[in-house]
Amino acid sequence: MLKKKENKKELIMQAALELFASKGFYTTTIPDIAASLKMSVGNMYNYFKSKDILAREIIKYISVYLGQQLREINEQDISTKEKTRKIIEIYFKTASLKPEMIDYFLRIYLSNREVFKDSCEGMLCVNEFVTEIMIYFEEGVKCGDLREQDFFSAFGLFMGYLGGMVFLNGENILPKDLNEYVDDISFNIYKALCSE
Amino acid sequence: MEKKMRILWLSAITCNGNTHSFLNYPHMEQFLDDFEFIYHPVIDSKYSLQEIVSNEIECEVLIIEGAISEEFQRGGVPIFEIIKNYSKRVQKILTVGTCATFGGIFRESDYKDTAGMHFDQDRALHNFSDFLDKTISISGCPIHPEVLVNTLYAIKKSVLLRVDNFLRPKEFYAYTVHNGCTRNEYFEYKVDNHKFGELEGCMFYDHGCQAPFTHGSCNKILWNEVNSKTRAGVPCFGCTEPSFPRDNLFNTKKNMAIPEHLPLGVNKRVYLTLAGITKAFKIDRFQKKILDD
Repeated sequence: MLKKKENKKELIMQAALELFASKGFYTTTIPDIAASLKMSVGNMYNYFKSKDILAREIIKYISVYLGQQLREINEQDISTKEKTRKIIEIYFKTASLKPEMIDYFLRIYLSNREVFKDSCEGMLCVNEFVTEIMIYFEEGVKCGDLREQDFFSAFGLFMGYLGGMVFLNGENILPKDLNEYVDDISFNIYKALCSE
Repeated sequence: MEKKMRILWLSAITCNGNTHSFLNYPHMEQFLDDFEFIYHPVIDSKYSLQEIVSNEIECEVLIIEGAISEEFQRGGVPIFEIIKNYSKRVQKILTVGTCATFGGIFRESDYKDTAGMHFDQDRALHNFSDFLDKTISISGCPIHPEVLVNTLYAIKKSVLLRVDNFLRPKEFYAYTVHNGCTRNEYFEYKVDNHKFGELEGCMFYDHGCQAPFTHGSCNKILWNEVNSKTRAGVPCFGCTEPSFPRDNLFNTKKNMAIPEHLPLGVNKRVYLTLAGITKAFKIDRFQKKILDD
């Protein structure tokens, strides 16, 4: 029963993500999401008590999704250089296959902080994802591949670059497919972070 | 009157810091009613060092202070030989201080092959392995006088002391110095301290405090019955551990802002998750001064 409810919640989050991406966050309403799933609005509230709660659950869902993939990379016995490439590859792959996820992260989570101020303070709702990025950095410094520096300087560089590329891609500005930039971007990021 | 327990306090390569710490024991008069030193380098005792090394004087406990090297002599006799002679005779051997236990600061000097009695840092040695069962390690730089005295009373009263892998009595070394630290709330909520002597904030994140992975009772059995390093505003140096002294005692080694050494038994991924959660709290009373305002 619990599993069924979880599956339903996931379906709602996926539908909401798609609507947020096409209609925008503020213009999408709970009745819109319910209608897209052919659910009653009353039933919808059984799963999420408000749109803000739904918004927070979605960012947690994305964080867990990306965090799990990064964890698999972190647990591989490969060099930091290879890890860097794999992380970028997975991030761009997600942006291609599930653009609404990355779009939500960039356009809604980072741009509408007021929605996420309660029970989503700091990095609480993106903990799984940030933890794996921290582990990637920490292990890189520990084995001597990466330069020791302030975490946010490195995090900003890494995520800012990826976010920028996904944004340009979303706006159809990039001349090539996003995945074709993986090699160059991996090289640039690693070069900027490495200890040499 | 119950017979006094006889102790031979032998100093190897030492700064006598443990002796000085022991002299601060607040109930010395009572202690000396129950114990006597057949020899002590500082306290008046019945025999001279020359008599100790040239005869075999009866005693029940051998205390060794200072690091040990085959080349080192006392009274013209190699310290190895003196230790072996007396170790055979006594009921118990105590290595007092981190030098006698793990090599400590003298191991870092140029003195040849210097180590503790049974350990070279955390590596087990075999020179005195016949006496492993009768040795108790009281590590610390210096030792806490109450830990030494309480251990001696336990021996006198034949109380069984359970010891850890480094032969340290668990009663005093099973917990970490973090246990009993008055700054634990600051540790939990990741609020750092930025000035030595300040009474608020945790010193683990930036200032090298090793309390979360150092075994000792400093915050439970207070020094001079009133204080400890962390209570006074100085980070724990980890002086009871085989790794003492580390480099950069006032600095926390970090990799991209993450402490390289995490609290004992804490998995890195779990630590980061917890840290991420606790850092999100902004607790007003921890952000401002409570006592130092």
